[in-house]
Parts: sequence; C-alpha cells; structure tokens
Amino acid sequence: MVTASAERVPRVASQADVSASELDEIWKTKPGITGWLSTVDHKKIGLRYIVTAFAFLLLGGLEALVMRVQLAQPDQRWLTPEQYNQLYSTHGMTMIFLYAMPILSGFSNYLWPLILGARDMAFPRLNALSYWIYLAAGLFMYAGFAIGAGPNDGWFNYVPLASRTYNPGMNEDFYALGMIFLGVSTTVGAVNFIVTFLRTRAPGMSINRVPILTWGTLTASVANVLVVPAVSLTFFLLWMDRQIGTHFFDVSQGGQPLLWQHLFWMFGHPWVYAIVLPAMGMVSDGLPVFCRRPLVGYAPVALSTVATMMLGFGVWVHHMFATGLPNLALSFFSGASIIITVPSAVAVFAWTATIWLGRPVITTAFLYFASMIVLFTIGGVSGFMTASVPVDWQLTDTYFVVAHIHYVLIGINVFPVIGGLYLWFPKMTGRMLNERLGLWNFWITFIGFNLTFLPMHLTGLRGMPRRIYTYPPGMGWDELNLITTAGSFLLALGILLLLINVVRSLRNGAVAGPNPWDAGTLEWATPSPPPPYNFRVIPQVASRHPLWESRLQETDERSFVDYGMVLDHGRETAGTTPLDGEPDIILKMPEDSYAPFLVAVAASAGFCGLLLHVWWLAGAGLLGVALALVVWLWPERKLGQRVGLQHV
Amino acid sequence: MVSLTWGLLLISIGVVIVISLLVLGSVVVRGRRAAIATVPVERGASGLRWLWIGVGVSSIPLVVALVWTVSVLAAVSRPAGKPAVLIEITAAQWWWKARYLDPNPSRIFTTANEIHIPTGQPVQIRLRSADVIHSFWVPSLGGKTDTIPGQTNLTWLQADVPGTYRGQCTEFCGWQHAHMGLLVVAEAPAEFRLWEAAQIRPAPAPASPQIASGQDTFEYRCGACHTVRGSKAGGSVAPDLTHLMSRTTLAAATLPHTIGSLSGWIANPQAIKPGARMPAMEVSGPELERIRTYLQTLK
Amino acid sequence: MSDATLAYPPLPEGAVRRIGVGWWGLLCAVLTEGALFGYLLFSFLYYSVQLDPAWIPVRYPSLKLALPNTIILLLSSVCVWWGERGVREGRRGRQLLGIAAGLLLGMVFIGIQLKEWHDKPFSLRSGLFGSLFFTITGFHMAHVGAGVIALALILLWSALGYFDRRRNAPVLIAAMYWHFVDAVWLAVFTVLYLTPYLW
Repeated sequence: MVTASAERVPRVASQADVSASELDEIWKTKPGITGWLSTVDHKKIGLRYIVTAFAFLLLGGLEALVMRVQLAQPDQRWLTPEQYNQLYSTHGMTMIFLYAMPILSGFSNYLWPLILGARDMAFPRLNALSYWIYLAAGLFMYAGFAIGAGPNDGWFNYVPLASRTYNPGMNEDFYALGMIFLGVSTTVGAVNFIVTFLRTRAPGMSINRVPILTWGTLTASVANVLVVPAVSLTFFLLWMDRQIGTHFFDVSQGGQPLLWQHLFWMFGHPWVYAIVLPAMGMVSDGLPVFCRRPLVGYAPVALSTVATMMLGFGVWVHHMFATGLPNLALSFFSGASIIITVPSAVAVFAWTATIWLGRPVITTAFLYFASMIVLFTIGGVSGFMTASVPVDWQLTDTYFVVAHIHYVLIGINVFPVIGGLYLWFPKMTGRMLNERLGLWNFWITFIGFNLTFLPMHLTGLRGMPRRIYTYPPGMGWDELNLITTAGSFLLALGILLLLINVVRSLRNGAVAGPNPWDAGTLEWATPSPPPPYNFRVIPQVASRHPLWESRLQETDERSFVDYGMVLDHGRETAGTTPLDGEPDIILKMPEDSYAPFLVAVAASAGFCGLLLHVWWLAGAGLLGVALALVVWLWPERKLGQRVGLQHV
Repeated sequence: MVSLTWGLLLISIGVVIVISLLVLGSVVVRGRRAAIATVPVERGASGLRWLWIGVGVSSIPLVVALVWTVSVLAAVSRPAGKPAVLIEITAAQWWWKARYLDPNPSRIFTTANEIHIPTGQPVQIRLRSADVIHSFWVPSLGGKTDTIPGQTNLTWLQADVPGTYRGQCTEFCGWQHAHMGLLVVAEAPAEFRLWEAAQIRPAPAPASPQIASGQDTFEYRCGACHTVRGSKAGGSVAPDLTHLMSRTTLAAATLPHTIGSLSGWIANPQAIKPGARMPAMEVSGPELERIRTYLQTLK
Repeated sequence: MSDATLAYPPLPEGAVRRIGVGWWGLLCAVLTEGALFGYLLFSFLYYSVQLDPAWIPVRYPSLKLALPNTIILLLSSVCVWWGERGVREGRRGRQLLGIAAGLLLGMVFIGIQLKEWHDKPFSLRSGLFGSLFFTITGFHMAHVGAGVIALALILLWSALGYFDRRRNAPVLIAAMYWHFVDAVWLAVFTVLYLTPYLW
C-alpha cells in the first residue's frame, strides 16, 4: 500500500504464499571475497565467532599442555622462567578473553534472532564490526607472543611488576593495548544484544516468554557495558605510565598498586559471571529439550540470573583479601561472596528437578548438560570456601584456586558449549554430529577433566603456589602433579575427538531436518541451515514453547509460526516494545557494507601506531576510523534515517 | 582458622556428594536411550516446591559459614597476646630481609631468609616491599599477607610446637617467584634468646691472615651489595650475611647449605636462579676459595 | 490457514523520532561512557581519600576560566535543546540556529580549555595529580571533540534538508550525546575543581 506518510500496514500472509526466492534475493550475502568482507548476516558472523573462539581454545590448550609437561616432575628446567611466564599468562588471556566470551557471543549471535523470531540483530553492521575487531585484537595480542614478547605477568598483571621498571620489554604493551582494542568489540557486541533483546523480538514474545539463553546474554551484556570501561581504563593508565611517563601507579610519586587491583577486579569479577551466565542459559534451554518438558522454575531461574550478576558487582574485593584491607571491608565482601551462591543454587536445583520430573533422553548433548551440574557444584563449593576470608588467607594464590577457576570455567562454560554444539550443530549445518563418537568424546573429556583438576584441590591444600615454573621435590606435590599432567593429555584427547566428530559430520553426518530433536522453540521452525532471512513470515508468539503448545496445553492462546507479517519491502524485521513485545515499528535493516571491516583495519593501524610509537600512524588510524564512521552513519533514505523513504 | 578450613571443606564435600547423587540418580533412574521423537512432551509437575526446598536447605550451611567466618576473622586478626618479638620483613626480588626491631637500638639486627621465633608466644610481623608485590606465607603457621610497595601491612605468627616451618612467596613477582622461600625456626624461648644474642653480635675479626685476605676480597667483590656487620661490607640491596653460617639453606630456601652449594652459588647464581639480581660474578679458583673461607667464619 | 484475528495496525517504517533502535543504542553508549568517567573520577577520589592533601600541587584550583567555561557548555546544551525542539516542531530555522549556536559554543569551550591547560603550572608528566587532571579533562575534551564533529554533521544534514518533524532520529540522538557530554563535565568540574575546596 503506497502512502505519503511514514507508516504502512504490514501485509500478513501464510508462509506458502510468500516467495522464498524473493526474500532470498533481498537478504543473501554476495558470493566470494566481496560477500566475505561485507556480510552483516548474524549467522555468518556467529559461525565466525565460534570457529575463531574454538581456534583460540585449542591454542590455549596447547599452551597448557606444554606447561603440564614442565610441571609433571619437580625441578624441571626444560622451560626457562620467562617462557613459562609467557605461557601461563597467554594461556589465561586466551581462555578468558579470546575464547570464553567470544564463544558465547558466537552462539548468541547465531541463535538470538532465530529464537526471538527476528530476521537479524538490531545492529547488523555493528555486529560485523564486533567480530572484525575481536579478530584484529586477538591477532594483535598473539603477535606479541609470536615474537617472544607475549604477556608475562599473568592475566591480571599487577603493578608494579607490570610497569616499565620491572617489565621493560614490549610484552605488557601488546597486552594493554590489545585489551583496550578487544574491549571495543566486547562493548559494541554487548550494546547490540541489549537493544536486540529490548526491541526486536517477535510480536507477542513478552519478556517472560524469552528463552533463558537471552536472559543470560542480556545480563552479561549489561554488566559488560558497565564494567569493561574499568579494565580498558586501567590498561590505558598502565600504558600511559609505561610509555608516556605519567605516574598513575608510580609508588615514588604516591601512586598505589591497590588502585590497579580495584579497577581491574571491579571489571574482573562481573566478567567471570558474564562468561558463564549465557552458558547456563544454554543449559536451561537445552535440558528441557532432552527432558521433554519445560524448565522447572522459569521465573526463578531468569531472576536468579539477574540477581547473580547484580551481586556479582559487589564481591570484587574477594580477589584482594590478602592485601591488608581493613576487616570491616573484608567481612562485607566475604558475606556477599557467600550469599552469591544462593541464586546459583536456584539454577542447580531447577536443572536437577527438570531431569527428575521429565523423561530424559540420554544423548551426548544431554550428558554434557547434566554433568555440568556436578562440575558447577564442585566449582561453586571451592568458591564458597575461598569466600571465607581466613580460609582464603590459606588458599588464595595456591593451586586450590586454580582448581576452582577451572571447575567453574570448564564446568560452566566449556561443557555447556560442547553440549550446545551437539544440540545446535544440526541447525547450523544441516547435519547431525555422530552420537557414538559423541559418547566417546564425552566420557574421555569428563574423565580427563576430573583427573586433571580434582587432584589440584589437594595440591593447593598442600601449599603449592600458583605461577611457579618449577617446584622442589618432597613437598607432597610430586605425584599429584604427575596425575594432573596425565589427566590433561586425556582431556586433550577428548577435545580431539570432538574435533574429529565435527570434521567428519560436516562431510558425512546424517542429514538433519528442521527439528531433529522435536524441540519447542522458534529456531526449530526454520530449515537446517536457515535461509539468510531466517523466517519467511514473522512469527506471532503466545508462549515460551511455540512448537510444543498443542502438547503442553498451557494456554488457550496459540502462536502463529507459518502465518504472519511478510515484511518484504527490502530488508525488514519487526520492532516490538520492551516488555510486552507489541509491534511498534517496521525496522529497516542495512545492506551488506564494507564499513565495519574498514573501521577495524583503520583501528588496527591506529593501535599498531601506538604500540610502535609511530604517532603519524596512530593519527592516520584515528582519522580512518572517523571517516569510515561518517560514511557508515550518513543518513540513508532506505533505512528511514532521513526523509524520502521510497515505497514499493 | 584450621578448623574453619576443615569445617568448610567437609560442608563442601557433603554438598558435592548430595548434588552428585541427585543428578546421577536422576539420570540413572529417569534416563532412557530412545529416539527422541518417540518420547512424549508433557508439561509435568511444576517442581517449584523442590526448588525452594533445595535452595532453603542449602542456605543453612551458608549462614553457618558466614557467622563462623566473621567470628574466626575477628579472632585471628590480632595476636593472641602481647607480641614477644617484632620483626620487619621486607620482601624483594627474590629474597626476604628480616629486621628484628627493639626499643633499644643496640639490639636491632638484620638477617635474611631464615627467621627464628620463640615457641608459645605471638610474633608480630611488619610487611614491606622493596620493589613489587610479594606475599608472605608460612602455611603451617598462618594465612598469607601481601607485601605491597608504598604501604606497610601487619600480620602475626605463633608456633606452639618447636620445629622448622617452610614459607614462600605467594604473589607472582617475576622470574624467580618459584624460588623465593623462607624458613621459620621455632624454638624454646631460652634457645631463641641465645640465637638472638648471637645474631646481635657483629662478625668476629679475622683470626688469621688468610681470613683477613678473604675479608678484603669479600669487601671488594661483594660489599657493594651485601652487608657483614663488623667489616667494611655495607651494601643494602642484598641479604645481610653477618651470620650466614647459622642458616640451614641458601638463596631463599632454594639450596641446602653445603660447601658445594655455597661455592656453586657464588660462582654462578644465574645457573641456579636465572634472572636473580646477583650477577654471575666470574669468581673462581683462589679468589672463590678466599671468599668462601671468609664466609665460613660468619657463624 | 488464514485467520482473520491476526492483523496489525499501521506501523512506522524506519525510525520516527525516538521509536527505533538508534536511540537505544546511544543510550547504551551513554551508559558505558558514563561508567568510564565514573571510574576516572573514582581513581581521583581514591587518591584524594588515601593521600595527604599535599598531593594536589595547587591547593585551590583556579575557577577564573573553568567556571565561565562551564556556563558556556551549559548554554550550548540549551541551544542544542532549543534546536532539537525546532526540528520536532518542524521549524527549520530554529533547528539550524540552535544546532549552530550549540556547535559554536562547544568550540569556544574547547578553545578556552586549551588555554587553561596551557596555563597550568603542572603537566601530564609532572606528578600523580597532573597525570590524573590532564587525563580526566583530556578524556572529556575528546568526547567534546567527537560531539562537535557530530553537531557539525547534524548541521550539514539539516541544511541539506534531511530531517522533518517525524524523520529526525539522528538529531535527537546527537543532541542526547551532547547533553551527556555536558552532564559529564558537571561531574568532572565538581570533583576536580570544587571538592579541593572541601578538603
């Protein structure tokens, strides 16, 4: 309907009456290198994130294996102290920043529009930018490692050891600038998730009907928006002290090392929740599929996700219990760190109850989701122990903490991610992963992981400190370290089996239809893999499990999945209100664009200039970013950003 | 503090066992291998009751832990009585300087890497850092406290049983963080006073021309960094060696104190602790012999 | 199967005033940049509380330039708000004048602050206070600079007739950013210039 005003009534039709090939023409990415550099398709971007993050996982894993060879026996001198320090620091940086968050961003990027019933994220070009910058920042930081100047002061590199006086090489400059660079990717990605959650859900998808994965990623994104500036700032101040001659942490001028720790951990603690809450969401959405019933306690789980993060803002000092702060402060943060277990307990019991009260079908994905509950609990209780200040005074900076962090990171991030891979691989690729190989993969990974990290609790209780490149014999650590090393190779074998499964299934896996698991949420209503436009018609949603409605009989309202808004006047999706999901706008979505790639290239040049003190290059990079942004933001008629939108 | 640790550990193990049994039980009892489409989807019981029971029950150990923690924290924060000894420990890359303080200035002395304390009495320790953040920890005697440049932290120890307790640095501080140990020797108060008196005394004057020659060589080659009270060696950036022979280890609890280790260390510390602040002195043969002979008089 | 109950009212195509996604995106950006300034000011206040007052080289910071400059920035926000109202009411003259005046005052702010920087007896490298002062005001200056560029572009696009009373999201978004920059200045000014009078 042609109209002079800025409004139109969206055409509603049955899926069969909508031309798939026309929508495909509108949404598809151009082939070849042009498409590769300019695509804004969230599915392609999500897959890139996943592949890149897995590559970093493997690199980080190899770094760990090398360290474990060194530590298998006492008094080994195979690695020099500097080599060991770079390995453990790069391992931490890789796993925590280049794997743990990006893998969840990847899954969320891929899945969100599909599970929310939209055609793309709210800001498709910003999405592309967040990936390109992640890749550039990761390469930037690894360039240091590649030339023997990798970070060498741990992933939370305390001053003054990180200052130029004690660390004159370029190691910390690669790390500091790289982290600031990466922070841009994290922030813009987080903004994209927040606005997508608030504004581009399917009509009828009120806020209490969204999958828990979105609650997890949303919570993580709000946290990131608030705390990433803390870490970017503190790394910037460090870089300034090191290279510009400022005195932020200069003890001789009154600077205080504890300021670094406060700024870092104000970011660092919320960050570790941000890298597990979306994965917990994956478990909350995945377990119901295999238990053939909705999640027990949707509302408590959603609220506990938010509560965990809010409490997570108030516990950062528990990383600083041994620094000599006054008891009153320590008691407060100790209490908060103990209380934060309560919302986590909500999730653990919700999942366990879902299994008990459902009809669980044992598949590889299910095993990963179920086993993570146990690993979560082990990681949770070791955290509970260190939350108690006097106990922490014994356990902090020992291998007990190393055990804790690996149980929470591998148990609450990696295990759900692998489970999620088994669950959503068919949707992403149109092929099933092999179940038999999957069972081998699961058991070897599970046993290998526990063999590696369970003994570490004892190693820490026996007093072995962290971050030592070797240890003397006869301390009671020898056998434990040997067992841990053996376990780590078994774990590596498990991951190798996963890789083999992925590669073989991509070629020869059983072909998957739209809904091989007979699941209930919207992504399973699309073909496998989904077409560029996701949905031929925009769904109208009436419950949490639109595809299970007839069987669950929870409500008289029915969702419409095969019938809805067509929105084919160019790239369009429905915009809806934040709470109720009432449609209030037809969002005009951008075409593919080179601008995000060019911004990332210019920004890389800028950071290289700063690193090498080539100031004209830094300036040129900044100018390049500014110009690319002006082109990007120039108001377009087609997007409705200026008057004159033409109607079809 | 120790019983709190074990108490929380027991609670933790208990929780893990209970949850593991619940999860394992749910999978074993309710799980099945079947084609997924053949297993019907049903709304099922709400299950909220179990959720709240679980959360409610798990909150009990949390509250217990919280109250217990705060009371133990209050108890261990201060020495049990008036401290018998006050030691100022300055951590440096990669050794520990220990200065025994006393209101009478003539009783103040400095040693390194091995401290003696009387049994049965609290010892207060003032913690400082000469360079980066380190952490002072003697596992069997207490929790750890960081040494942070620009501030002074306080901690205290008490050993009730005589013996030698090993400590180490537990905050990553650079290349030789792994080899920054220390020894705490707890002995009966009378023996402690004897040790203290011996430490206060300066090094004896050389008893023979050989030893005098050794002292000259030592002052020339080592005195810029090391101190031996009673000689002209007055450097302050390295351990005080006035009573080197009274220590059971060398190089911050890295080496046993034998003639071989001592010689090896002096000749090439970089081979043992690469990156150590003591450079390879290129001392060998007669020169090394002279220095070592002198050092062996520093009992 | 066609169902007569599924029908939607007329919906705007593309952003109309604040209905859209760009507005929310900038709201998030304001949140994150606001947090950044929060951490900068936290660092300053942390040292103020921990250190002897002697750490501030000039005991009472001069308000001779800073106070009028603050008023200039506030005025620029008023002008931008006035121009924003103009675009929402479809009054192009008012829109152009308001944005232009805000832009001009913003540039004056930058000029005066550069002079103030030049006159300071301490520098970025001279000590802890200098490092903090110039970094905090420098970050703010950078944001003002970005805002000036944004306002200049809005002015250009307004002159080219891109916006009317419904299609004007970029104007509202840029205006919100400018007000944010102003609000941050009020916080920075209070902490850096006014709190020393309280210690």
